[in-house]
Amino acid sequence: MGEEANTITHNTIYIDGQPVTFEAGQTIMDAAFSAGVYIPHLCHRPGLTPHGSCKLCVVDIGSRGVSFHNSDRRVQTKFSVDIDGRSVSACTTPAVAGQQISNNTPALNEVRKTITQMLFIEGNHICPSCEKSGDCTLQAMAYHLGMLDGHFPQFFPRREVDASHPTVMLDRDRCILCELCVRASREVDGKNVFAIAGRGITAHLIVNSSSGKLVDSDLETNDMAAHICPVGAILIKEHGYEVPIGRRTFDLHQVGEIGLEKVILANGHGKYATPDDETRHARFPVPNPLPQAGEGANESLREFHVNVRHTDE
Amino acid sequence: MSKIRIATTSLAGCFGCHMSFLDMDERLVALLEHVELNRSPLTDIKHCGPCDIGLVEGGLCNTDNVHVLREFRDNCKILIAVGACAINGGVPAMRNHFTLRECLEEAFLNGVGVENPQIPNDVELPLLLDKVRPLHELVHVDYYLPGCPPSADEFLSVLGDLLEGREPALPKKLLHYD
Ligand code: SF4
Ligand code: SF4
Ligand code: FES
Repeated sequence: MGEEANTITHNTIYIDGQPVTFEAGQTIMDAAFSAGVYIPHLCHRPGLTPHGSCKLCVVDIGSRGVSFHNSDRRVQTKFSVDIDGRSVSACTTPAVAGQQISNNTPALNEVRKTITQMLFIEGNHICPSCEKSGDCTLQAMAYHLGMLDGHFPQFFPRREVDASHPTVMLDRDRCILCELCVRASREVDGKNVFAIAGRGITAHLIVNSSSGKLVDSDLETNDMAAHICPVGAILIKEHGYEVPIGRRTFDLHQVGEIGLEKVILANGHGKYATPDDETRHARFPVPNPLPQAGEGANESLREFHVNVRHTDE
Repeated sequence: MSKIRIATTSLAGCFGCHMSFLDMDERLVALLEHVELNRSPLTDIKHCGPCDIGLVEGGLCNTDNVHVLREFRDNCKILIAVGACAINGGVPAMRNHFTLRECLEEAFLNGVGVENPQIPNDVELPLLLDKVRPLHELVHVDYYLPGCPPSADEFLSVLGDLLEGREPALPKKLLHYD
């Protein structure tokens, strides 16, 4: 019996109670990806070295309720003892057999919302004036988490815009320092065009060229580094409004859909929303704005609801 | 049942949120059976009386905005920041990249087609703040209605919730920042 339990849990972790198998060397994020379980993330992209900087993928690991732990403490690995009952980033933490992981909980999503609010107020995220709006993963994450406001005082930092490159635009106002461009340039393009310099609040994206300008760097339009930015910091020029607002990726999709990133990357900037895809048009939904008049609502309010709903049909 | 009293104003905004409010179209008729408007550009009442709900569009860019927002906070039981500018400064906050002097010089001295260049200095004019600020940095804000502008459906959603005495809960499908 004990042996059987061991073989079952040997390569299995539990995310919100759901068993997820993993292969040796996989992180919790990798395992979740393969199993089609969404763990929110901004700085992670399968295939690139995990960076662990955005902390959106925070999960709680506890080992309570694992049968063999209760019956035989010797089975616990050193590692799972060390991180027992702690919050970790799923993209950098190895999957270890038997881990009980909390992911999609109200408390964790609240923490993630706070992190997202900090990312917004630290930069200059004026979505109505941003070319990336609707295609932006940070914005989609904020929608996913139900963020209504920035909560904290705005920083309004002054950051440098680099428009020197003929086809690629760099607006540091929106950079969230995720290092996806840094890693894509280094690991996929083999170029090292980008890096983060400075610490804490002075951290900023720098460009590897004699002038520090993009035009003098090795960056080319087809580089992965030019397309991977999850926000509107690195943009391809002259393609900004090919897909109208309201029909963009996250007007049609939810950020939590598994495999979405591959779609985004494969199709390139601004070209991934299919304009004909009316079926999941989330932006201008069938008007049904008001909930049913609930208990305690008086008769005239109910009428008001009925009127409101019917006048729009 | 006495009517719910609502006041509205536009600070450093473009009146787009008010236009969107009016996009409720004929649904406004049903709404107005339950609410009455106090201070608002739609009524031209100049000062806010005691109200149940205050809808404030736009951020804070000058001293008049500050006075009006305080008046709203003092008089409205529930204050709602309406639209991107009220929530994070929005497009007007793009001037925060520059000093106030640079902005004034660009607009009134060095700008294209400026005649008789001079920086306006009349005592009647409210002084500009050095930076455009969102509402929640000055007063407590009870609810937020994001969007540039929020759709008529968003207005209906939050007002409908409040009219029924419920905590407003904006459906995720209505949530957008652009
Ligand atoms: S990068 Fe994203 S969150 Fe930032 S302004 Fe653009 S759309 Fe908004
Ligand atoms: S430019 Fe974009 S990809 Fe690069 S670090 Fe900033 S946010 Fe990340
Ligand atoms: S996705 Fe794990 S820290 Fe960013």
